[in-house]
Amino acid sequence: MSDDRTFVIIGASQAGGWVAQTLRNEGFEGKVILIGEEPYLPYERPPLSKAALLGEVTVDSTYFWQADALKEADIEVRLNTRVTAIDRDAKEIETDGGERITYDKLAITTGARVRKLPIEGADLPGVFYLRTMEDTLAIREAVKDGTTAMIVGGGWIGLECAATLTKLGCKSIVVEAADRLCGRAVTPEISDWMLNFHTGHDVDVRLSTGIEKFEGDGKLERAVLPGGDSIDCSIAVVGIGVIPNVELAQDAGLDIDNGIVVDERACTSDPVIVAAGDVTNHPNDLLGRRIRLESYENAQNQGITAGKAMLGTAEPYSEIPWFWSDQFDANLQMIGLPQDWDETATRGDVAANEFVTFYLKDGVIDGAISVNNPRDLRVGKRLMQGKKPVSAAELEDPETKMQALLKR
Amino acid sequence: MTDANIEFHAVATTAEVTEDEPKAVSIGRMDIGIYKLDGEFYAIDDICTHAYACMTDGYIDDGQIECPLHGACFDIKTGKALTAPATIDLRPYEIKVEGDQIMVGVPKAED
Repeated sequence: MSDDRTFVIIGASQAGGWVAQTLRNEGFEGKVILIGEEPYLPYERPPLSKAALLGEVTVDSTYFWQADALKEADIEVRLNTRVTAIDRDAKEIETDGGERITYDKLAITTGARVRKLPIEGADLPGVFYLRTMEDTLAIREAVKDGTTAMIVGGGWIGLECAATLTKLGCKSIVVEAADRLCGRAVTPEISDWMLNFHTGHDVDVRLSTGIEKFEGDGKLERAVLPGGDSIDCSIAVVGIGVIPNVELAQDAGLDIDNGIVVDERACTSDPVIVAAGDVTNHPNDLLGRRIRLESYENAQNQGITAGKAMLGTAEPYSEIPWFWSDQFDANLQMIGLPQDWDETATRGDVAANEFVTFYLKDGVIDGAISVNNPRDLRVGKRLMQGKKPVSAAELEDPETKMQALLKR
Repeated sequence: MTDANIEFHAVATTAEVTEDEPKAVSIGRMDIGIYKLDGEFYAIDDICTHAYACMTDGYIDDGQIECPLHGACFDIKTGKALTAPATIDLRPYEIKVEGDQIMVGVPKAED
């Protein structure tokens, strides 16, 4: 029973890796070609701003599969290879090396790239971004004890980076254009908690400000703030968001709208092409709207769905969005993407950095964020999924057993 | 029949472990989670095989424990990895109850 089909995956990261793994897990016996422009086997990105930046883990340990496992699964991996075009009529892709590869089914998992800081001096050596293993290794190489690190952007990447660089002995300064931290993701109360938490760990946080320009003689030496003040620094890390890599799909004529438009089974507007991960704009039934997610869980689970879709066995993918972040000794987790809510309920002890805040709408949980309390958050996710009626008072009551709320 | 290379350690009392609240214990350098399921006790490694997280901080549902960090699910009775991102099983340990003491069997430390 041989299968002479070829399935090609463009993008060898979290989503692409899961597409490939799923094809084999589901028994696909044809050819699987996984193409990535980075020099590394598919790896997990969460450690890049944490354990990998600290130097606690090796590059190899972030791989999904070690090379021998990939070989055993008979996945053909092409690294350092960029796909330059998709010819949908001929069902071929073209690589930067001029090679043309014919596909029967195609998966696009091209992810996202960092948004560049459009200021003078942003191209100086010493100014970094953090998205890839190369970025992490380069920052690590540049960090020396006592270095002042200028972090541009007080979002997840910026705050994780500030925490890690502080642990490495740097003086971390975070500048954020908005008047609070992580403003697009959390409530003002949580932003306040973050500010106190980071300030308490010797991070210098400056809100409502940016960098006018970077200066230095052949390398970064100082950041100039609006108004003319300057701060000496030898490294800067910019974390001001990412842009989905849609160009390849766009040039091939696929539907694009803040990402590659896919359905609930990760299928694009071409029946033989699927897409998954940060690059997709997909429907979410539980939220009742289309979303594009930059998250670990989405890259994994939508990748699994996309792999199954290539085999015609996918179930609709719709999950409550879930994110996490580790900063100093705090594990933060979030569920949902709450946009407006009637009330909030905080359970636990905010001052002790161990709590969860639930957002309630129409008597059910619409989202939550936890600090060092993943278990209550997980129960909250189940309550949210089941649209179980709960009151703010009972969620806040320490006598309430969260699991009991699920069972009634 | 008991393996001569297995040594049992008293780690908790039966009252300390409920169906909803497992207990994390340490024997030497081993971190082990003790669970109660359908009236029986089970012991499996407490550190997730995918990344560093204590499984006993996770969520129990339908005989499975879900990792608090990345959501991988394992079978409480066998330690088997059931969902992504975990692919490696948690190691199960022998368990016996004497009176109200829960005893976990681990390989004897090499001298």
